Amino acid sequence: MSSEADATILKTSTASSKAHALTVPEQFDDATQQHAAASLGMWVFLATEVLFFGGLLASYTIYRYLYYSAFMIGSHHLDVVWGATNTAVLICSSLTMAMAVRAAQLDKQKHIVFFLVLTLIFGLIFLYIKFFEEWWGEYKEGLAPIHFTYAGLHAPHVELFMFFYYVLTGLHALHMIVGCGIMITLIIMTLRGKFKGGRFNPIENAGLYWHFVDIVWIFLFPLLYLIGGRY
Amino acid sequence: MASAGEAALQSPAETYRVHYLNAKYGIKSWLLTTDHKRIAWLYFFSTTFFFIVGGVAAAMMRLNLIEPQGFLVEPDTYNKLFTIHGTVMIFFFLAPAVPTVLGNFLIPMMIGARDVAFPKLNLLSWYIFMTAGTCFLYTIIAGGVNTGWTFYTPLSTSYVNTHVFSAAMAVFISGFSSILTGLNFIVTIHKMRAPGMTWSRLPLFIWALYATSFIFVLAMPVIAITMVLVMLERVFHVGIFDPALGGDPVLFQHLFWFFGHPEVYILILPSMGVMSELITAFSRRRIFGYGFVAASSFGIAIISFLVWGHHMFVSGESVYAGIFFSAMSMLVAIPSAIKVFNWTATLYKGSVSFEAPMLYAIGFIGLFTIGGLTGVFLATIGLDVFLHDTYFVVAHFHFIMVGGAIMGYMGGLHFWWPKMTGKMYPDYWARLAAFITFVGFNLTFGPQFILGFEGMPRRYAIYPARFQLLNIMSSAGASILAVGYLMPMIYLAWSIKYGPDAGPNPWKAKGLEWETESPPPVHNFESTPVVTEEAYAYGTEPARAVAVSS
Repeated sequence: MSSEADATILKTSTASSKAHALTVPEQFDDATQQHAAASLGMWVFLATEVLFFGGLLASYTIYRYLYYSAFMIGSHHLDVVWGATNTAVLICSSLTMAMAVRAAQLDKQKHIVFFLVLTLIFGLIFLYIKFFEEWWGEYKEGLAPIHFTYAGLHAPHVELFMFFYYVLTGLHALHMIVGCGIMITLIIMTLRGKFKGGRFNPIENAGLYWHFVDIVWIFLFPLLYLIGGRY
Repeated sequence: MASAGEAALQSPAETYRVHYLNAKYGIKSWLLTTDHKRIAWLYFFSTTFFFIVGGVAAAMMRLNLIEPQGFLVEPDTYNKLFTIHGTVMIFFFLAPAVPTVLGNFLIPMMIGARDVAFPKLNLLSWYIFMTAGTCFLYTIIAGGVNTGWTFYTPLSTSYVNTHVFSAAMAVFISGFSSILTGLNFIVTIHKMRAPGMTWSRLPLFIWALYATSFIFVLAMPVIAITMVLVMLERVFHVGIFDPALGGDPVLFQHLFWFFGHPEVYILILPSMGVMSELITAFSRRRIFGYGFVAASSFGIAIISFLVWGHHMFVSGESVYAGIFFSAMSMLVAIPSAIKVFNWTATLYKGSVSFEAPMLYAIGFIGLFTIGGLTGVFLATIGLDVFLHDTYFVVAHFHFIMVGGAIMGYMGGLHFWWPKMTGKMYPDYWARLAAFITFVGFNLTFGPQFILGFEGMPRRYAIYPARFQLLNIMSSAGASILAVGYLMPMIYLAWSIKYGPDAGPNPWKAKGLEWETESPPPVHNFESTPVVTEEAYAYGTEPARAVAVSS
C-alpha cells in the first residue's frame, strides 16, 4: 500500500519534473507561476484594448450628441437584420469558446478541437456577413467614405457617421481576423498534443481575447444600428 | 565536497568569469537575445542615437536663434526642426530611456528574478520600437514634418503638405512598443518577485516604474487610436477633426492631451524612482517615509489622467472645465512635493557623499522644484492665458524633462554603470560633467523664463531685436549643455575598455542588484535570493561591511 503510494508520488514527481523541463520557460519557477503571469498579462492587454476602443467611442459619442439626426439617418441606412444576425453569431461563438476552455481544463482533447473549430466557423461567418453582405452593400449604396454619393439630408454628417461605422466595425473586424488566426493556431497546437496534461493556459487566454472582442460588438451593435429606434 | 569543488573553481574564475556579456558572442547573440540585460543595451544604443538626432535638431534651433532674423535656416525649416526635436526626444528618447534601459536591466535584478515575465515580448518591444524609429527617420529624410510634436488639427490633417502620415505612423507604432513594455513590467513586478520580496520591501524605483507602466498601458492606446484617426482623415478627407467638414479640432486636443499629460509623467516618474535610489545610497539612510514616496508615484499617475484640460485653457473649453482642470493640476503639486520633501528629509543627518550620481541627484531636486513650481503658475488659468505658448512654457517643461528626467537618467546611468559593465569610470570627469550639465542647463533655460514672461512666443524662427541678449545667453548655455552630455559618452565608452574593475558593490549600496557580481551572471543570481530586510536597510552597515571586505 505504502510502496504503491510512494510509486505514485515518484511517478507524478518525475512526470511533473519532466513537464517542468519541457514546458516552463527558464524565467519561471513552475507552471503555476507561468499561468498566473500569462493570465495577468492578458488582462492588462485587455485594459489597453478598452482604452484603444475607448478613444474612438468617446469621439463617436460627442458627434452623436452634436449631430443626432444625421446619425439617426445614417443608422437607418445600415442593415439591422444582418447586424442582429451577426450579434447572434458572435454570442454563439462565445458559448463555443467557453466550451473549448472548459474542455481544455478537463483535458478532453477531441472536445477542444471540436469547439475551437466551431468558434472559428462562427468567426468566419461573422466576417463573411460583415464584409460581403454589409460593407459591400453600403458601398454600393454610395455610403462608404471613399465613395460617398449620398446627397440627402445632413449629407456631410451622415458621412461622418459612416466613417465612424467603418472605422469601428473595421477595427472590430481586424480583431476578429486576428482572433480567427489564433483559433487556427490553437487547433493545430491541440492536434499536435500541446495542451495535454492540463496545460490550458493559451486556450484560456485566447478565450479572454475572444470574449472581449465579442463584448465590443455587443456595444457596437446598439450604438451603430439602433439609433433612434428602428421599427 | 561541494565547497572544495567551488574552491577549485575559484582561481580560474578570477581571471575569466562567465557573465551575461561574454556568455555568447556575435551579432545574432545580441539581435536575437531574450536576456533583459542585453535588451537594455539594445535600447541604450538606440535611445542614445535618437538623443543625438533630437539634440542636433535642438542645436540647429538654438544656433538659428542667435540672430533676430534667423541665423541659419528658413522659418519653414525651423518648423521642421522643432517638430523633429520634440517628437524624437519625447517618443524615442525620454519615454523609453529610463524604463527600457535602466528598467529593463534592473527590474528583474531588483526583485530577484531571472528575467522579465515575457522575455520574447521584451525583444519584440525593441523591434517595434526600432520599426517606429525607422519610420520617423524616413520622415526626416523624406523631407520632414512641420506640425510640432502635438500634430494639432486641422493643420496636420488639412493644411500642411509634409510627411504627417509617416510621422503619425511612427508615433502609432512606438505606442505599441511602450504598451508591451508596460505590460511586461506590470506582470513581472506582480508575479516574479523573489521569496520575501513583499510589496512593502520593493525598492522605490520599482514602485515608480510600476506606476509608469500603468500609464503606458492606459495612455498609449489613446494616442494610437488618435493617430489612426489623423491618418484616416488625411487619406479619406473625412472631417473628424476638420471643422470645414463638420469635425471638431478641439476633440483632437482632448484626445491628444488625455494621452499627452500622462505622457509627461511617464517621462518624470522613472527618474523620480532613480532619485530615491541615489539619495538613499549616498546619504546612507533609509528613505524618509517609504510608504508616502511609493504612494505618491501612484498619486501622480492617477491625477495625471485628470489634468489634460490645462493644455486647453485658451482653446475654448468651458470655464467650469477650466476651473476643474486648474484645481486638479495644482493637486499634482502634493505628491510631487511629498517626494521632494522626503528626499530632502532623507539627506538630513545622513552621511552624505558627493560622488557623480549624487551630484546629478542634487541637481535634480533643485531643477525639478523650479520646474514643478512654475507648473503651478501655468495651472493658474489667468496666468496661463498670459503665458500660454510662450517661452515660459518651454522653460517650464524643459526644467521637468531635461532638468528632471534627463538628470535622473544620467544619475542612474552613472550609478548602475559599474553594475552594467563591471567597470568604473573616472569619478573626477563624471563630477565635472555633472557640474557642467547643471551650469549649462540653467544658462540655457533660465533666460527662457524671462523671455516668455516678456512675451516671446514659442515655435518662432524670428523675434524682435530686444530679445536677442537673452536668446544668445540661452544658445551659449546650450553649447555648454552639449559639452556636459558629450563628456559622459566619451569617458563611459573609455571605461568599458580601460576602467578599473568595479566589483559587485562599488557604492556599498543596498538592494538585490548589488548582491550579485558585476557584470551579473546570465541568470542574474547564482541562486534565487531570499529577501529578509526592508528596502534601503542602511544602518546595518558595520556588520555587512565586514562581510563584504572578507
